Amino acid sequence: MITMERNVKNIQPSGAARIRYAFTDVWVLSKRELLHWGGNPWGIMIGWLFPVMMLLMFGYLFGGAMAVPGGGSYFEFLMPGMFAMTMFFGVESTVMAVTTDASKGVTDRFRSMPIHASAVLLGRCMVDMLNSVIGLLVLIVTGLLLGWGWHEGADHALGAFGLLLLLRFSLLWVGIFVGLHATNPHNVSMVQLLVWPVGFLSNVFVDTTTMPAWLGAIAEFNPLSATSTAARELFGNPGLRGESWMSEHALLLAVGWPVLLLAIFLPLAVRSYRRLNR
Amino acid sequence: MGAHAYAIQARNVKKHYGRTKEGPGLNGLTLNVPAGSIFGLLGPNGAGKTTAVKILTTLLRMDEGSATVAGYDVSKEGHLVRSRIGLAGQYAAVDEQLTGYQNLEMFGRLNRLPKGQARRRAEELLTQFDLTEAAGRAVGKYSGGMRRRLDLAASLIVSPDVLFVDEPTTGLDPLARQEVWGAIRSLKEAGTTVLLTTQYLEEADQLADLVSILKDGRVIREGTPEALKSSFGGDRLEVTLLRQEEVVKAERILRGIGGAFVLVDNAANRISVPVTDRTGSLLKAASAFADSGLEPEDIVLRRPTLDEVFIHFTGQNGVSNKEESR
Ligand SMILES: Nc1ncnc2c1ncn2[C@@H]1O[C@H](COP(=O)(O)OP(=O)(O)O)[C@@H](O)[C@H]1O
Ligand SMILES: [Mg+2]
Repeated sequence: MITMERNVKNIQPSGAARIRYAFTDVWVLSKRELLHWGGNPWGIMIGWLFPVMMLLMFGYLFGGAMAVPGGGSYFEFLMPGMFAMTMFFGVESTVMAVTTDASKGVTDRFRSMPIHASAVLLGRCMVDMLNSVIGLLVLIVTGLLLGWGWHEGADHALGAFGLLLLLRFSLLWVGIFVGLHATNPHNVSMVQLLVWPVGFLSNVFVDTTTMPAWLGAIAEFNPLSATSTAARELFGNPGLRGESWMSEHALLLAVGWPVLLLAIFLPLAVRSYRRLNR
Repeated sequence: MGAHAYAIQARNVKKHYGRTKEGPGLNGLTLNVPAGSIFGLLGPNGAGKTTAVKILTTLLRMDEGSATVAGYDVSKEGHLVRSRIGLAGQYAAVDEQLTGYQNLEMFGRLNRLPKGQARRRAEELLTQFDLTEAAGRAVGKYSGGMRRRLDLAASLIVSPDVLFVDEPTTGLDPLARQEVWGAIRSLKEAGTTVLLTTQYLEEADQLADLVSILKDGRVIREGTPEALKSSFGGDRLEVTLLRQEEVVKAERILRGIGGAFVLVDNAANRISVPVTDRTGSLLKAASAFADSGLEPEDIVLRRPTLDEVFIHFTGQNGVSNKEESR
């Protein structure tokens, strides 16, 4: 025999209660994501170690053949780029998680409950940011151990990390938007394929001046390039400042790009969540 | 909420996907679901059952029309509707990476239960849905029936005024199906109105107080299962043959005796026709078979099944449990 619980939901909670509920919702939904980590610890750890592997591959395997225009160590040039790349690769896990929830009907269940859309999206957001912060820390420690460092003071370095996380935060909303439209995890593999050319078509691994002019121009335009260049500046890592407007205004762009992405994709993501399937 | 006579009312609800004005979706759905009843929304695949459920649970917006659930307008008071309903969607919507217990605790918390109460309620429901043993296992490892039951439990954490269950037993084995039916019956006893969609006629017949048959996004027949069966005509004369080769011949004979709506089940060598004159037609059939030298395995008079009503009205084969299990 199934017993019923009296409905304790306060139908129209007061302002204060509503805020308290919203906090509980965000916390409960974040905890859910953390439980996912617990259920798949290897997957999570591989996500953190993958950029380290790329770093070693590019730093040591190809690094000998790479020359940094303007001189300096390629490894020092590479590190800021790898940080930006790591922020970018984080999008994959966002897209995958969002698509899985939507295709399994979990998102629909949340949407049929009296919880606010923003609580569901914020929960996603908090945990993905935490994931990226840890990934970033792993890469920082590896870099420091291998001789990378910042040369313009801790305040500039913190500024650079701030810009990197800002990039991640803006891409997160792109990821939520894409994830809500991918309809099934199968399509996500397309997204995962696309991540590579977009990531490589930037100044993460090589300076754009070494590319054919037209390709270099596209690469300069990549938000990843702006953040990488800005981080190189702030860390005092090598990398010739090009003549282009883009590279001369890297700091501005490293803020501008994410803000633009946020302005577009945050509202779109919220709208898609509310109107899923419509 | 006052004492509304109807827990769900839909008036001429239209919904088309994309930019189309015609075609798949809902083409003017009207429903009146009395409070406290089990209501069966019956229809073949693609009839619009899931679309209707999604609109009534505020997951989709309708193009035209109006609807209330638990007394609240689904278009204008979505938040209030959501605080009064439970939804068990077509695909068990539980988190596969969490355990059964973690799922129920999480949904309890999201339903505003304090932590202790959410845990107690999770344990209670796990017991009631016979999932205690699996409570600590990841739901991804559950069987279809277990997942369904967990999904149902999750939609019952706080008692909903109205519960929507979309094809609750599709893909379940007969035992699991019985369990889910039992759960739905006891919900009704506890005072919840249940809207159930199904492709299984037997399911609607077993559970529902009222049934609407949906086709192409429109209700084409409604009433109690009994009334639907009677509206379809009187009794049916059903003949089962021993050999496949005899079916055609027997069909010709029966067409001469009964009404136009003849059903032939080739897999079972079975034919049925509607008849008005009970004993008269039975005798006629018996002598006609004797004259032609056919020896049927069985001849019976019986009430029509909801399957036959369904096939008759929708022009399509409903999937019956019997057929599926063959
Ligand atoms: N998201 C969608 N986009 C386009 N067409 C859809 C969508 N969902 C359902 N349909 C179409 O609408 C019709 C009704 O679907 P649905 O409500 O799922 O039927 P049922 O649940 O009765 O099988 C079907 O023809 C289906 O193909
Ligand atoms: Mg359906």
